[in-house]
Amino acid sequence: MSLACENGILKYLFEKDGIRINFMEVCGTHTHAIARAGIKALLPDNIRLISGPGCPVCVTAQETIDAYLTLSERDDVIIATYGDMIRVPGSERGDNLARRRALGSRVAVVYSPVDAVDIAANNPDKTVVFLGVGFETTAPGTAASIGIAKERNVHNYCVYSMLKRVEPALRALLDSPDFDISGFIVPGHVAAIIGERGFDFLASEYKKPSVITGFEPEDIMGSIYSLIKQIRSGRAELENKYERLVKKEGNIAAIDAIEKYLYVRDDVWRGFSNISKAGFGIKEEYSDFDAEKRFDIKTVLKPAPAGCLCGEIIKGRKEPLDCRLFGCICTPEDPIGPCMVSGEGACSAAFKYRSLI
Amino acid sequence: MNEIITLDYGSGGKKTASLIENMILPALDNEALDALLDGAVLPGAEKIVFSTDSFVISPIFFPGGDIGKLAVCGTVNDVAMAGGSARYLSLAFIIEEGFEIEKLKKIIDSIQNTANDAGVAVVTGDTKVVEKGKCDGIYINTSGIGVLRAPGLSPAAIKEGDKIIVSGTMGDHGTSILLSRYGYAGGEEVKSDCACLKRLAGGLYDLSGDLRVLRDPTRGGLATTLCEFVENTDLCICLDESRIPISKNVKSACEMLGLDPLYSANEGKLIAVVSPNAADRALSIIRSYPEGENAAIIGTVTKDHPGQTVLRTAFGGSRILTKLTGAQLPRIC
Repeated sequence: MSLACENGILKYLFEKDGIRINFMEVCGTHTHAIARAGIKALLPDNIRLISGPGCPVCVTAQETIDAYLTLSERDDVIIATYGDMIRVPGSERGDNLARRRALGSRVAVVYSPVDAVDIAANNPDKTVVFLGVGFETTAPGTAASIGIAKERNVHNYCVYSMLKRVEPALRALLDSPDFDISGFIVPGHVAAIIGERGFDFLASEYKKPSVITGFEPEDIMGSIYSLIKQIRSGRAELENKYERLVKKEGNIAAIDAIEKYLYVRDDVWRGFSNISKAGFGIKEEYSDFDAEKRFDIKTVLKPAPAGCLCGEIIKGRKEPLDCRLFGCICTPEDPIGPCMVSGEGACSAAFKYRSLI
Repeated sequence: MNEIITLDYGSGGKKTASLIENMILPALDNEALDALLDGAVLPGAEKIVFSTDSFVISPIFFPGGDIGKLAVCGTVNDVAMAGGSARYLSLAFIIEEGFEIEKLKKIIDSIQNTANDAGVAVVTGDTKVVEKGKCDGIYINTSGIGVLRAPGLSPAAIKEGDKIIVSGTMGDHGTSILLSRYGYAGGEEVKSDCACLKRLAGGLYDLSGDLRVLRDPTRGGLATTLCEFVENTDLCICLDESRIPISKNVKSACEMLGLDPLYSANEGKLIAVVSPNAADRALSIIRSYPEGENAAIIGTVTKDHPGQTVLRTAFGGSRILTKLTGAQLPRIC
């Protein structure tokens, strides 16, 4: 790729006319891939990559985090979660699942919700609550786990759904008056589920050049190149540069699983407050597997921690280094906001993969 | 909130370092301890190297080894990294009530075989049994003692221009353990590199002063170890990502799990910092041992960015590596 860099893409980028262009990479995995490969150091100064609301842990509302931390206090509950959630801070400084576990709460790290169903089957005297965090990427697996638990008669399993839909949040951003993004690096994983058509609106309604992108550095560089080409030629199209995985119609089986077990509901995102149709709840007929119903979880709106810019960073209005807490008061060991600890968080990427320039 | 010990304090990263620096060293300081080498070099007519390590691994049997093999290799390797040739080990078990004798027998067989291969004798030991639930199956502590053969190995000996060599692929052990722990299909394709480095290190001692420091990058992995070498100095380690050996299976497993092989533990690999003139010779010495066949020169010590470890990415960018912060955890997607 270094040859391609020198002879093609970079030369093209550097020949740009110097107008400042902001592109948004929506997906947190892209944010980390960009940082890990050191891509920002290869771009000319006038092209900036801004992280969007693509880290599912980061967009989870503070009150939801506090709610599952409270739930973890119960003797009859095992919290099953992806590793990303373990250090996400609660409202009280220093509170998180890692600390709760050290103090006696039962917290199991799993890689798949099916593992959580297994844990439930092996612990019939406890109720396993799987923290269903994620976008359309993890929604199908989380939904399917409900079916698996039902089929296996594992009734001590339930899901606390924090599942989110990407499109309404992107629309909320695009509809805000001072949104200054010229094009989108579209999340390849979400597109693999909902299909190309799920992101058509970016170009057709909002006239934003957009490229569905894979996760290798070459994929990302290629997309930046395509976005610039579109801007230079005055086009605004949705291109699919991740054809090896993303189909026009998406993954039908995955969509079916979502539609069978989940329904679309309004949801609170960190930094946004309530967004219409931006989340998934568990359908009424599966309410036995719905932790919110089972434990009658009621959330009260909680303010973001003082000084924490996670909400603004999620929306692409601020960058991690704009935050006064970054790297001094807020670190991965002692985080104030979720962006610093999630595996897909923008602050975590900025802290972990510090650039030389 | 009152401070408590969480699992992160045992990860080998920043939290572990803070525990050692802020609590243990101030209370127990002495010259041998303060050097913070893998093993202590003790005074006497013939200098002695002494080290200890505890093993609390889950699962206790894993692809490429088990807790018994690990308990011998880990301590023998620590002595070797401090320049010593381990001769004698102590061996202490903490066993949970209900642990199967058959498993214990397997572990002891493994200890016997590994100790024979490593040329060390287990000369003292202890066994404690605790109530059900008070420990996770079995924990082992070993201490090792040997004679100093390579004096002066220390990060303080590193100089500008020195070369960084690794003895083989990075991240095998940590990745293998996580794959086994979470029960992934195909996990057996990634084997722990658990191995004794006594002979390989012994070969490198012949370089005498050209060998600056040896370290086995266990918890915290390659990146954390290298950061420790140059932090608070005017030196910089510049690494070339494309030269760092990482097996294909480890690479794909890490991508799937959201882990970074540069931060994953190794249990049968060493990092050698050597003078530029001796680099090729060091490389061929390492490669002459079966456990060093994939060795590579991966970087150079410069003064470009004092105190920092910089990775030139395979893609042509560059970024700074920092010490591990907390244990690595599997991610969402």
